[in-house]
Amino acid sequence: MKRALPVLTVLIGIVVIWYAAAVWMNSTWVYDQAERAGTTVSFAEMVPQTMDQDRPLLPPPHQVGAELWKGLFGQAVTSKRSLVYHGFVTFKGTMMGFGLGIVTGVLLAMAIVRFRVMDMSVMPWAIISQTVPIVALAPMILVVSNQLGIEGREVPKAIIAAYLSFFPVLVSMVKGLRAPDQMQLDLLKTYGAGEGETFLKLRLPASMPYFFASLKVAVAAALVGTIVGELPTGAVEGLGARMLLGSQYGEPLITWAALFASAILAGMLILVVGLTERMIAQKMGVRT
Amino acid sequence: MSLALILGLAFWLGAWATNALVARHPFGRTPAGRIFVPVLFGITLLVLWEALVRAFAVPTVILPAPSAIAGKFAESTGLLWADFVQTVLKGALSGFVIGTGAAFLAAVACDRVPFLRDGLLPVGNFVAALPIVGLAPILVMWFGFGWQSKAAVVVAMVFFPMLINVVAGLGSAERMQRDLMATWGASYWQALWKLRLPAAMPFVFNGLKIAASLALIGAIVAEYFGSPVVGMGFRISTAVGVLNIELVWAEIAVAALAGSAFYGLIALAEKAVTFWHPSQRT
Repeated sequence: MKRALPVLTVLIGIVVIWYAAAVWMNSTWVYDQAERAGTTVSFAEMVPQTMDQDRPLLPPPHQVGAELWKGLFGQAVTSKRSLVYHGFVTFKGTMMGFGLGIVTGVLLAMAIVRFRVMDMSVMPWAIISQTVPIVALAPMILVVSNQLGIEGREVPKAIIAAYLSFFPVLVSMVKGLRAPDQMQLDLLKTYGAGEGETFLKLRLPASMPYFFASLKVAVAAALVGTIVGELPTGAVEGLGARMLLGSQYGEPLITWAALFASAILAGMLILVVGLTERMIAQKMGVRT
Repeated sequence: MSLALILGLAFWLGAWATNALVARHPFGRTPAGRIFVPVLFGITLLVLWEALVRAFAVPTVILPAPSAIAGKFAESTGLLWADFVQTVLKGALSGFVIGTGAAFLAAVACDRVPFLRDGLLPVGNFVAALPIVGLAPILVMWFGFGWQSKAAVVVAMVFFPMLINVVAGLGSAERMQRDLMATWGASYWQALWKLRLPAAMPFVFNGLKIAASLALIGAIVAEYFGSPVVGMGFRISTAVGVLNIELVWAEIAVAALAGSAFYGLIALAEKAVTFWHPSQRT
């Protein structure tokens, strides 16, 4: 309760500011309409009219909530208008990219920890790769995969998501695989353990906390990557495509609902990763 | 097997052997060696790329050779410079300054008022993980097609990641050090200025680095939703449309250079400011 109170206050503050901003931003339209009709509206008449416009500049929270509810539960989940359907498309893309990112990140980290030459030559480029705005590459990736005859948009989306999500995994795994200190490494040597055994029994378990910490960052990055992959590339399915649709047809409510649906998806993904982490930590006998 | 492919593979093997040798040699421990190895690796990738494109006669539409991209780059520097000014200097940089500045002030306010920090930090942590970039179409609708809407997207993207880092940084001074400040009778602002702000600098720079790469992403994505007829995002999307792929790659090269330079400048400033931090000592 003690921790919930400040959060609730901030959230209520956000909602209040939001309503105020909605009144302020949408009032222009109300005044314009009144002027066109040759009437005048008082402030008290204006406020209710800003609350339920069809195409508000800034939809108030309850309108977004209603649209979100309609999108999530208002229709069959297989409908093209259902946010559950689009959310699932985005979820699939995120998971593919996330998986690809984890595999790439872990394999690279293993090579970097094992071979000094890999560390020296690949690591600086991995850092540089993250300073390159991937969105500049997104339309390119799409064209190339089209030319190569890859159907659908899943592969390019997954590549973009993997590009963003491999890096946190790589950095944390390099740190994690190097976490065992000299004493522990020496101990395994006295046991006559080979390199493979040292890796499996010491380095890998020692890296797990680092691994899971990075997964939370990586899954969020993969979701951002997937949505970016859906935004400028003319995709027709997925939450990013919904946002684009809303902007193209001048239906801000669709964009806002898709935005909040992606927030819910992000929250669920992070929650699942957190729960998995706790489960595996318990199985491995980590005391907290 | 064509000559280009053989030459390319030979170069690759030679460079790899050189790198492996340098990595083991004492030279690999010197600063020059640390630069030499990744640079040779980068050159190898470019040579291999060129060789593959030539050997298999890859159509330009799929992947142009680096030499063709460099040619296009040299040919259209004026165009690229105009795009760079529009997207990076006007859109990304102004948004970056406003966003990180506002986040910095908000973080100091959070530090002053613990109630605000307890409330804003969980919210900020969550928002930082959201795909804020989805706000781009809405903000373009609000602020028009000019660079202002791009700056607004950047502000929205960098604010919360920066806020979290600065708040964490301001809390990073140790108990003992704070108590020392208190025994000297330092006021809140004195303690902030002399102890907690300097102690926060590694976190601040971490936040700035994250914000730098987000800023470029935001500025470019926002241009896909509407822009004047100049800008990197605009150029990329139109050049892809007419399959002028060399120009797209030239823009990507500009984006890569701008991103790396941006990051490098922040890293340099970090080195100068946080010289005392263990991670900066050599």
